[in-house]
Amino acid sequence: MEAATIEPAVESARRRRRSRPPGERGRWALTAYVIAVFLYTLVPIVVMIVYAFNKAPNGRLTFAWNGFTLDAYRNLFAIADLTNALVTSLEVAALSTLIAVVLGTPAALAMTRYRFHGRGVADAVILSDIAAPSVVVGASLLGLYVTFGVPRGFTTILIAHVAFNVAFVIVVLRARLTGLDQSIEEAAQDLYANPWVAFWKVTVPLIMPGIFSAALLAFALSIDDYIITSFVAGQTLTFPLWVYGAVKVGIPPQVFAMGTLIFVAGAITAGAGVIAQRTRSVPGS
Amino acid sequence: MLKLRRAAAPYLLNLPSWAWLVLFFLVPLFAILSLSLQTGNSVEGFNLTWNFQVFPDVISEYSTQFWRSFLYGVLSTVIALVVMYPVAYWIAFRGGRYKSIYLLLILLPFFVSFVIRMLTWQFILSDEGFVLGTLKDIGLLPQSAHILSTPSAVIGGLAYDALPYMALPIYVALEKIEPAQLDAAADLYANPWQRLWRVIVPLSAPGIYAGVLLVFITNVGDFVAASILGGPGTTMIGNIIQTQYVENANYPVASALALLLMGTLLVGMFLYARAFGANKLEEYV
Repeated sequence: MEAATIEPAVESARRRRRSRPPGERGRWALTAYVIAVFLYTLVPIVVMIVYAFNKAPNGRLTFAWNGFTLDAYRNLFAIADLTNALVTSLEVAALSTLIAVVLGTPAALAMTRYRFHGRGVADAVILSDIAAPSVVVGASLLGLYVTFGVPRGFTTILIAHVAFNVAFVIVVLRARLTGLDQSIEEAAQDLYANPWVAFWKVTVPLIMPGIFSAALLAFALSIDDYIITSFVAGQTLTFPLWVYGAVKVGIPPQVFAMGTLIFVAGAITAGAGVIAQRTRSVPGS
Repeated sequence: MLKLRRAAAPYLLNLPSWAWLVLFFLVPLFAILSLSLQTGNSVEGFNLTWNFQVFPDVISEYSTQFWRSFLYGVLSTVIALVVMYPVAYWIAFRGGRYKSIYLLLILLPFFVSFVIRMLTWQFILSDEGFVLGTLKDIGLLPQSAHILSTPSAVIGGLAYDALPYMALPIYVALEKIEPAQLDAAADLYANPWQRLWRVIVPLSAPGIYAGVLLVFITNVGDFVAASILGGPGTTMIGNIIQTQYVENANYPVASALALLLMGTLLVGMFLYARAFGANKLEEYV
């Protein structure tokens, strides 16, 4: 009797609590705040895109607005050194991504499929490679080159970029491989596919999306890196190095135009990846 | 024979990436240890004289920059955490089916080159730029007001750059919280604030841990923000390492500083891990 009267009361109190959401106003305030942060993070991007259209007296951008022009895009490659630096950056990014994927993929496979000695140490080294401050990574690599008298240039930049990219590739790929169903590969082997055929026809297509996102991250990290590169570059200039060097004398608008193009290419690639994932993750809906 | 091959497989798969990381990440750390103990100059060369005195020397000479770096690192990390936690919360719990798109929005600054990101803040915050210029024109700020070359500009730049790094791991941790746990708290008459502080925040602690660690380490070692947005009074330890190494070829001093920075951060990381007890860092990077 008592229980019967208490229960509806509890139930209705619970319902009342749920139907009255935790402050409708608080919820709106949070949404407004989040929109404000989104806008704030976009400010530098907008500034880059807009200032690429600013008229530049003497070929250097001023902080003040001098009027709209398409000159930066029309003469995008007019500054030979800047163009060379961009080409170097793209070459280093492409090569270091390729090498890091080739080195890192087997390691990620081993780490998700085998138990072996030294795993903890390997984990610690990979994590410290990711977490170590760039200035220490750069300085210590330069220390190695100095000690052995290695002349600095394209190759030393490439080595450095592979050294940080390989750790990121392993971590990203390992996260993707952990969720992967191994029974598909086993099924292929049960159906008398030899291990190589099973690997290339089954495993590789399965891990391709993971490799894609790892490669995208590696490429972005490489083309973006300033701090480590600044130590190991010698006289060779990458895009960020050239831009940094130009800060003191004034930035030509071409820098922002190239930055915009890199941004658009990166955002489209990543956006396409997100959309591909969304369509894949909701089959039949 | 087959058994042996299976046993060797994980080591063979790991070998290429391990070799690269050992040669170009671990060995260089020993290279700068050796360099730091050498004396001499860049013209006549350096000799290993086991000059341990270099460590106390650089500590006393550059203690200001050390403290400043750690102060800027702490402040920018706290700002990034406070700014991004609500955003990560909002995406995880209110993002609905557009979560991946909101995440992409947070990541958009990544596709703008790091140096250009800092550079745009120079444009935004410049004395005659549209923020300060406008405020001065309408009389809200005195004509002499400036932000560039102050600590605020450097800390602001560092904090801005950290926003995506902070948001991602926290989001991953929040994503893992079961809605049932929140319902359980509500059933036990926890009000919304108690649910936030006693359930959600503790459950997202590993994400906070990872975000704080990554951002703090990156920002303590940074020198780009200080040199693009700062002035003579905002020099960080990274600036000193870079100048001493690359411009002055003062290898012993630069190496000693890099090792001290790495050592301090390692000890800090260890204490931090002991205090917060999180050991699953790799899940969040």
